[in-house]
Amino acid sequence: MSERTKVDVTLAVNGRPYRVRVEPRRTLADTLRDDCGLTGTHLGCEHGVCGACTILADGQPVRACLMFAVQCEGMDLRTVEDLADGDRLHPIQQAFWDNHGLQCGFCTPGFLMLAAGYLEQNPDPDEDELRAVLSSNLCRCTGYQNILKSVRQAAEVMRA
Amino acid sequence: MIPWIGQPLPRFEDPPLLTGEGRFVADLTGDASFLRFVRSPVAHGRIVSIEAPEGITAFTAEDLREVRPIRPLLHRPDFRPIEQPVLASRKVRFVGEPVAVVVAGTPEEAEDAAEQVFVDIEPTDRVVSAPEAIRPGAPAVHDHLEDNVVVDARFETERVDEVFSAAAVVVDFDLRSRRQNALPLEARGSVAAYDPRSGRTTLTASVQSPHVVRTVLADLLGMPESDLRVVVPDVGGAFGQKFCLAPEDVVTAWVARRLRTTVSWVEDRRENLMSSFHSRDHHYRVRGAFDADARLLAVDADLLCNIGAYSCYPVTCGVEPLMALAEFPGPYDFRTYRVRSRGVTTNTCPMAPYRGVSRPVITLAMERLMDLAAVRFGIEPAEIRRRNLITEFPYASATGLVYDEGSYVESLDRAVDAIGLEDFRARQAAARSEGRYLGIGFSVFSERTGYGTSAFAARSMDVTPGYETVDLAMDPSGNVEARLGASPHGQGLETTLAQLIGDRLGVEPARVRIVHGDTDRTPYGWGTFASRSLVIAGGAARLASDRLRAKLAAIASAELEAAPEDIVIMAGRATVAGTDAGIEVAELARLAYHSSHRLAAGMDPGLTATATYDPAGTFSNACHVATVEVDPETGGVRVDRFVVVEDAGRLINPMIVDGQLHGGVTQGIAGALYEEILYDRDGNILTTSLMDFLPPTLAEVPTIEIHHLETISEATITGAKGLGEGGTIGAPAAVINAVADALRPLGVEIAEVPATPSRLRRLVSESERIPA
Repeated sequence: MSERTKVDVTLAVNGRPYRVRVEPRRTLADTLRDDCGLTGTHLGCEHGVCGACTILADGQPVRACLMFAVQCEGMDLRTVEDLADGDRLHPIQQAFWDNHGLQCGFCTPGFLMLAAGYLEQNPDPDEDELRAVLSSNLCRCTGYQNILKSVRQAAEVMRA
Repeated sequence: MIPWIGQPLPRFEDPPLLTGEGRFVADLTGDASFLRFVRSPVAHGRIVSIEAPEGITAFTAEDLREVRPIRPLLHRPDFRPIEQPVLASRKVRFVGEPVAVVVAGTPEEAEDAAEQVFVDIEPTDRVVSAPEAIRPGAPAVHDHLEDNVVVDARFETERVDEVFSAAAVVVDFDLRSRRQNALPLEARGSVAAYDPRSGRTTLTASVQSPHVVRTVLADLLGMPESDLRVVVPDVGGAFGQKFCLAPEDVVTAWVARRLRTTVSWVEDRRENLMSSFHSRDHHYRVRGAFDADARLLAVDADLLCNIGAYSCYPVTCGVEPLMALAEFPGPYDFRTYRVRSRGVTTNTCPMAPYRGVSRPVITLAMERLMDLAAVRFGIEPAEIRRRNLITEFPYASATGLVYDEGSYVESLDRAVDAIGLEDFRARQAAARSEGRYLGIGFSVFSERTGYGTSAFAARSMDVTPGYETVDLAMDPSGNVEARLGASPHGQGLETTLAQLIGDRLGVEPARVRIVHGDTDRTPYGWGTFASRSLVIAGGAARLASDRLRAKLAAIASAELEAAPEDIVIMAGRATVAGTDAGIEVAELARLAYHSSHRLAAGMDPGLTATATYDPAGTFSNACHVATVEVDPETGGVRVDRFVVVEDAGRLINPMIVDGQLHGGVTQGIAGALYEEILYDRDGNILTTSLMDFLPPTLAEVPTIEIHHLETISEATITGAKGLGEGGTIGAPAAVINAVADALRPLGVEIAEVPATPSRLRRLVSESERIPA
């Protein structure tokens, strides 16, 4: 691949425009990490199973490793870096902190974005549905127990 | 919140990890060039040639001639060393073995370049499984080892055959445990930076033991250790896989020095599944002798561990077979024991310790033995355990391990209550009459933790880990910094040590900064593995805190004109017991640095202390109990309940403790039901994606109920025992015993894990009692 095959793309990430020049084969995840400098989005498998790279595209949780940057022009993209309001943690982040919802922290951004996207559309999920949604992503440390607890608590706080 | 010990304090580690500010190796590549390894597509063969097209920067073993091979050593007559060149030289021995490395400006260019390197390998006969490798005439993986046996350890007490022939009941069975990958969600990786100004090289790596990596890099690269710095940033899980030396890290450091630049290696998931480390590929044959009262008299075991193509540094491939040999008896009281435990080399990915090491499999074996015997005697599984568990402490096992006080029977009784055994049996009977298959499984086990040099020395390791050192300093403003050689990566040690130190020095944990993961800033230590850090680094932190506290008390006693033993240090103040007289700790700190003329004669200025702790070890214990429902039509297993009764001594931060148990149990359930690395007969690995190797999601994991017992350990100075591995050790046996219990009416016995749907379905269809 040479410089000639690269294309100019403007991505709207966390409300800011990023003008990048990428090969068409470059994934959104690599573009966010390497071209936009937003390394909070992690790569655990690069084949769409683990969900560590989950971000929001037009409000929907997506695997950033399964999308190309060139597909995403015009989309409203949100990553974990946008979740907190300055120094104030988002209720989901706060709930993960309060409930020990993370250990090594590698899968955490993906779970936070998955939960954020889901709760924004489903503020009052039932237990079965919540379990089903959170089974989208992999965590190797927590056995999911405190992730479930954290998201449950965050839903309550966000509803209040 | 005093004392801080025992509080479920939210972790200091968390805020950056929650906001995307975590820094893992792949986030730190900066302007580095990228390495891509060319890996062997062949399990066993002779390298004929390696050709890289013009314009590609590539290195092979030929270029790395001066790099010494990795040669892990045990000093014991039943061990035969094997060595691993960091890039394959002349021969390849497993699919995925690195044979060359290319360097390019971007990861994409490096991948493209690696695909253009042509490696001509002449395949030779290969061996994939351990039983196959020890057959006479099997191909030799290493030319000097014709029988492929690297470790052949035996242990035998007196009168074994006699006890077996006099026994009322002899139970014998085979057990096969399939291969797993520890699967940290962040794969391995490193960035090596050569600094031409100082001549030093910094390796920033996702590892568990920075100092050990520094030493072995210096050894292999033939350079002064002082020219190396190893930095460990945030680590996205490790579970043992990042404890042993990655040959790729050695190559990465070598390339940086050779090109006098910065290079990085970021492993992808396929490489991780194929070429990092595996574990738990064991074949056991076990016999147990019981008297007429169902008391276990003797065990006779033949243990075969597939160690893969090479031995791992520093622990060696003896780690699984030797631990299995020594710890097989578990928590049961019997004196007659014969065991042969072999480590066998094959043309598969090398093995390294993975959370629990051999103990998930040996616990499964002992717990199967108990359940199989219970069926023979017609008694409850809980009852046969009650008759055989150790009850007097300290207890010396048949192999000479000394168990400190535990609560083995109590944990079992508590678990029986918590699960509601009687109710369950009633529900089980009712379900069976409806054609549904419910089962219950128990697992009682000991977890040897926090063991120091003496325990590792007993294995005759050339590199003998064990102690930890903590350098502690209170600065003039009264804040504390603790520097340690332990290297936590998710275990919450920054928080728990701050709680321990905070209590001793009368400061809030938030004012205690823990520094780790940088060989330039920390005392030599062994890292974080083997459920040791809270016990050993915690013990050293406690000792260093005591020294610093004594100095604070001495300064306070002079200032307050009281005896040092009357000084109480708590909540930021040093006071004279029983009076209002006192002084702020921060004021004492300022005085120690800025008014040292007021210190007693002979007292050094400043507030620093160093301590090392090296305990013999302590045994945690637990009982796990699982209930399951098995669908004999599909072979699917649903774990309905999972109860843990854990005794890990004094709990420093109960929230973190429970988190360790949750994760451990989940990895144990994974090993029992889901995860397995598969090879075909030619040694091609078949499980190279997360659609083939199946870690559980929340959909597969039940609610894990935890109960605590706290037998304060006399064997550690904090009273705490380790518990990082217990969940993983106990869970497979509980789950498999429950599955076996569920399927007992069908005449099915489980001799292989994971008990996947296809395996269970096959067992059911082969059984004589096919369900109606």
